[in-house]
Amino acid sequence: MLDFTEDQIKRYSRHIILSEVGGRGQKKINDAKVFMVGAGGIGAPVGYYLVAAGVGKLGIVDSDTVELSNLQRQIAHSTDSVGAYKTESAKKTFEGLNPDVEVVTYNERLSSENIMDLIKDYDIVVDGSDNFPTRYLVNDACVLSNKPLSSGAVFRFDGQATTIIPHEGHCYRCLFESPPPPGMVPSCQEAGVLGVLPGLIGLIQATEVLKLIIGKGDLLENYLLIYNALEMSFRKVKVPRNPNCPVCGEKPTITELIDYDEFCQMRF
Amino acid sequence: MEVVVNGKPEQTEDGSTIASILEKRNIRKEMVAVEVNGEVVKRDDYDSLVLKDGDKVEFLFYMSGGAEKR
Ligand SMILES: [Zn+2]
Repeated sequence: MLDFTEDQIKRYSRHIILSEVGGRGQKKINDAKVFMVGAGGIGAPVGYYLVAAGVGKLGIVDSDTVELSNLQRQIAHSTDSVGAYKTESAKKTFEGLNPDVEVVTYNERLSSENIMDLIKDYDIVVDGSDNFPTRYLVNDACVLSNKPLSSGAVFRFDGQATTIIPHEGHCYRCLFESPPPPGMVPSCQEAGVLGVLPGLIGLIQATEVLKLIIGKGDLLENYLLIYNALEMSFRKVKVPRNPNCPVCGEKPTITELIDYDEFCQMRF
Repeated sequence: MEVVVNGKPEQTEDGSTIASILEKRNIRKEMVAVEVNGEVVKRDDYDSLVLKDGDKVEFLFYMSGGAEKR
């Protein structure tokens, strides 16, 4: 029999009674190690629900501190934690929810120097970053180290999510081969997002992570899920693996990590 | 002829290209990845690829996730 405590059997009972999860699947969740890039709009709900589900270890990297303007959507933080590191604030919230989970925090900025080392002890990576340099860095690092990646992004009323299983399905560069030129993409000119939107996209990512862990269902592998809140529309667009992809293709030209410059220096 | 753009049917002139549709919609080519009938189209081919009746075109926008101040 699987060695759950009485409390764990109660805590995870609604998982355990699902035949697709069961005691065995719950044990896999309890043993899983997930690395989260960002403890912001997406990271907060992803982390919250993965901790509720009982993942064994949750690593969080973020160098930002909590600001009042974050609280409209970054639900792992509270009014009291304004000024604190987002990682520490999230850790406090998550540990209050589920003491089973080991929450490990990294108060640093991801770069080509540290990412490989940071992710190496984790099974799955979740990207909830807010900038292109990080998004490409995380994709490339996951492809080069062969780690599954759940990637998500939001803007205004739109969201995207996809799941990358390196060398099996597509990667971010198979579709978006290289970053857009600085200042070209509207996120640089105007900031704004409906507060619930990263929650919705984040929970789609958390769902993908749980499915990856228990090995059930169909992933967003080779698909980009596109959501629009105003139309309340979900579209799954097929994204084929690109044999000419610069990082996961047959003749890769990117064999080491790149630190792109910040795309947009505008402050708000 | 009719092409399907991001899931919605749209009337367009014969001889339309990816570039002409992007222009009509005021979308800069650097802001999107483009698929036609499920295949990613190289940016260099946007001018030369002439669409056919019934083609399914997807404009997939770059999204960094930026609600933050950068
Ligand atoms: Zn690729």
